[in-house]
Amino acid sequence: MEHHQVLRIVSRFLIPLIMLFALYVQFHGDYGPGGGFQAGVIFAVGFILYGLIYGVERLRQVVNPSLMRSLSALGVLMYAGVGVASMLSGGEFLNYSVLAEDPVAGQHIGILIIEFGVGLTVASTMTILFYAFAKPY
Amino acid sequence: MNDPVYLIACCLLILGAVFVLIGLLGVFRMPDFFTRLHAASIIDSMGTLLIMLGLMLMSGINLITVKLFLILLFILITTPTAAHALAKSALHGKLKPKLGDDKS
Repeated sequence: MEHHQVLRIVSRFLIPLIMLFALYVQFHGDYGPGGGFQAGVIFAVGFILYGLIYGVERLRQVVNPSLMRSLSALGVLMYAGVGVASMLSGGEFLNYSVLAEDPVAGQHIGILIIEFGVGLTVASTMTILFYAFAKPY
Repeated sequence: MNDPVYLIACCLLILGAVFVLIGLLGVFRMPDFFTRLHAASIIDSMGTLLIMLGLMLMSGINLITVKLFLILLFILITTPTAAHALAKSALHGKLKPKLGDDKS
C-alpha cells in the first residue's frame, strides 16, 4: 500500500469534500435535488474510498462495523418514530402536519428527521455491504 | 448579454465539442489500452475544461459561475487521478504498452 502516493494524496484531499457534499445534499434536500438516499450513498463513498486506498483493516479501525450495524437500525427507528409520533399527536402515520403548531413548520421538521434517518441507514448499510464483500488482507 | 462575450463562449463550446470528438475517435481507433486511455483523458481534461469555461462565460457572474468553477476544479483533480490509477493497475497486471516496432 505504500506506493500509491498519488491516490493517497488526492484521496486525503477529496474525502472531507465528499463528506461535506453529502451533508449539503442531505440538508439541502427540501430546496433542491437531493435527499437521504443520495446523501447516504455519497457519505458512504467517503468511507469506501478510504477503505479502497488504505485497506479494509484500517477502515475497520476508523468505523466500527458493529457501530455501523446499530446505526443502520437507528435510522429505521427514527423513520418509524416520526410516524408513531405523528400518530400520537392525533394525525395519521407519517402525517407531518400535526408535529408542530404550524402545519408547514411541522412538515419541515418531519421531512428533515425522516431524511436524516434514511441517510443514516443508507450510509451505514453501504459501508456494511463494503465490509461484507471486501476481502481482508 | 453583451455580444463579444457570448461569441467567445460559443467558440469555446464548439472547440470543447471538437476536443470531445477527437477523444472519442481516439478511443475507438487507437491500437492498445494505453493510447486509448490517453485519448479518453483528452475528453476529460481539454473537452470539459473548454465546455465549462464556455458555460461560465455564458452564465455571467453569479452563483452558477462559482458552482461551475467548483465542478471544473473537481473534474480537473479527479480525472487525471482516475487515469493514473487505471494505467498503474494495467501495468501492475502485466499489460505491456504496444511499441512502434512490434509486429501484430
